[in-house]
Amino acid sequence: MDATTTAQNAIARMAYVWRIRLRLLRGNLGDFWIQLRSRPLALLGGIVVVLYILAAIFAEQIVPHDATLSDLRLRLIPPAWQEGGDLSYLLGTDDQGRDLLSRIIVGARVSLLVGLLSVGISVAVGTALGALAGYYRGFLDQALSRFADLLLAFPFLIFAIGMMAFLGPGFWNLILALTFKGWVEFFRLVRGEMLAEKPKEYVEAAKVVGQSHPAIIASEILPNIIQSVFVLGTLRMGFMIIMEASLSFLGLGIQPPTPAWGSMVASGRDYMLTSWWMSTLPGIAILILVLSINLFGEGLRDILDPRLKVE
Amino acid sequence: MRAVKVIERMLITVPIMFGVAVVVFLFMRLTPGDPVDIMMGQGGAVGVGEMERLRSEFHLDEPLHVQLWLFLKDAVRGDLGYSYTQKRPVSELIAQRLPATIELAAGALFFALLLAIPIGIVSAVRQRSLLDQFSMAGAFLGVSMPAFWLGIILILLFSVRLHWLPVQGRLTFGVSLEYVTGFYVLDSILTRNGPALVSSLKHLVLPSVSLGAAVAAIVARVLRSSMVEILRQDYITLARAKGQVEFLVVMKHALRNALIPTVTVVGLQIGTLLGGNMIVETVFSWPGLGRMVVKAIFERDFPLVQGSVMVYAFTFVLANLVVDVLYTYLDPKIEL
Repeated sequence: MDATTTAQNAIARMAYVWRIRLRLLRGNLGDFWIQLRSRPLALLGGIVVVLYILAAIFAEQIVPHDATLSDLRLRLIPPAWQEGGDLSYLLGTDDQGRDLLSRIIVGARVSLLVGLLSVGISVAVGTALGALAGYYRGFLDQALSRFADLLLAFPFLIFAIGMMAFLGPGFWNLILALTFKGWVEFFRLVRGEMLAEKPKEYVEAAKVVGQSHPAIIASEILPNIIQSVFVLGTLRMGFMIIMEASLSFLGLGIQPPTPAWGSMVASGRDYMLTSWWMSTLPGIAILILVLSINLFGEGLRDILDPRLKVE
Repeated sequence: MRAVKVIERMLITVPIMFGVAVVVFLFMRLTPGDPVDIMMGQGGAVGVGEMERLRSEFHLDEPLHVQLWLFLKDAVRGDLGYSYTQKRPVSELIAQRLPATIELAAGALFFALLLAIPIGIVSAVRQRSLLDQFSMAGAFLGVSMPAFWLGIILILLFSVRLHWLPVQGRLTFGVSLEYVTGFYVLDSILTRNGPALVSSLKHLVLPSVSLGAAVAAIVARVLRSSMVEILRQDYITLARAKGQVEFLVVMKHALRNALIPTVTVVGLQIGTLLGGNMIVETVFSWPGLGRMVVKAIFERDFPLVQGSVMVYAFTFVLANLVVDVLYTYLDPKIEL
């Protein structure tokens, strides 16, 4: 057999394997869709999250006004349904005459981006380290586990606030502060699952046929535990969004003039007695988004991994 | 045997606290800029000689590991350094603020348990009833709501609209209170001061509710799900078969076992109470540790921030120690 046919065979084999994989994936997605449809609240949550994401992506196209342009003649206009309201400023304006609805739409960007990035990086780091620690054990495992224990000794928000205090505000510092502790949960989950999966027969079988350790971790074990990681990630997203909003509320997160829901609530505090909408409405935007993510996440857990416990 | 295990568990906290102190120290070193420069930025013009003197007074001219050693040595003796802005020892400032913070956290925990335990029990016993569905929906809202926003909504409703409860602070202006422990509710009882008791309790309600809501939601959910599981066990059926009154089956046989996972969750939620503390104290202008830290961050008063973060972490570690010890008394099977 010459080299060309060997290569052709290899390619044909790979194509065959991938055809099967894709067919399985399509089947799984179909099953998933059927299951999701029978859970109306989870489905509703998912739809709302998609709407938020679309609003964030197309913010420039859909905002009725410029979110950062202030006009002091238009200060503190109440929402349209209240006396003195203006239909072109549906949710009213803030203390600098900026349209509240536009700011809420643009503010979705910060919340979603921080949520996705901080959870994404935490998942990547936690899964990689957890898989290595759980599979190889030894010194690496000891060191990482002790470090994780140490991070768990800090309440989440205290740690994030402490880090922001020393790093200073800013988008990437915020991501760093949230992920520096965020990876620990994924590390613990993946490490634990790794310990449970490693003695199983299919892992032994893979070793016998001569698969390398990295290949066993990546293509044999991880596909079996990735669903739990996915579920935990979804459920943590809402938490991270609340953390970002809390830091921005304290003035330690996203800085003005970039609209962020947390800092919008904070600036509305001074006008609480006269203009209730300024802090109430951005807060409702947070509440609906986090609620939807949690509803979707819980549905996802029931479908994919009913035994996973998240507190 | 139990005593040995409790002592063992206590000893584990020592290396953790040591690690916490090291992490907090490294935090401090992460900051760009020289502490003396920052300090002088607030104090006005001083000569170069004076700055050198301050540097050696704070041991900033020593190598890092020596600084770490000195920091740990001082911390063990309760010396957390000197506040740049207030020109007083950090430990003194923290001690002064701590009672207000603990009072708020205790109020929040009390509110959370008062709400969550009955709801958890009744929802599990009357599964799928209207009350169950209503309270679980409420619990879902509770975990999805930022504490600062809830605080503002409560103020808008109960203070601004209805005038039932005060907006901020711990005591109404003009009400006098003799300072004994720093816990205003306790102090007013100790000194038999009726008006101060009413006033301090009224001030405590809204902050406690905003801080405790998320905890209540989580505890209610956990208690409900573990009660549901336990009520299905054989020994519950047996207790019923033996003719035990249903009330006692629930309260004695089921609840005691269901409390075990609940206690763990409460322990973890103390972290939420401590972290949320900074937020809620800011919303309600509550004169505690959290508000001092937030102010210190903006004034770049790093020793004060550093000391407070350490105290928060230590409190959390100690609270979890207490929870773990409590655990052994609830469930004799558990090993620490």
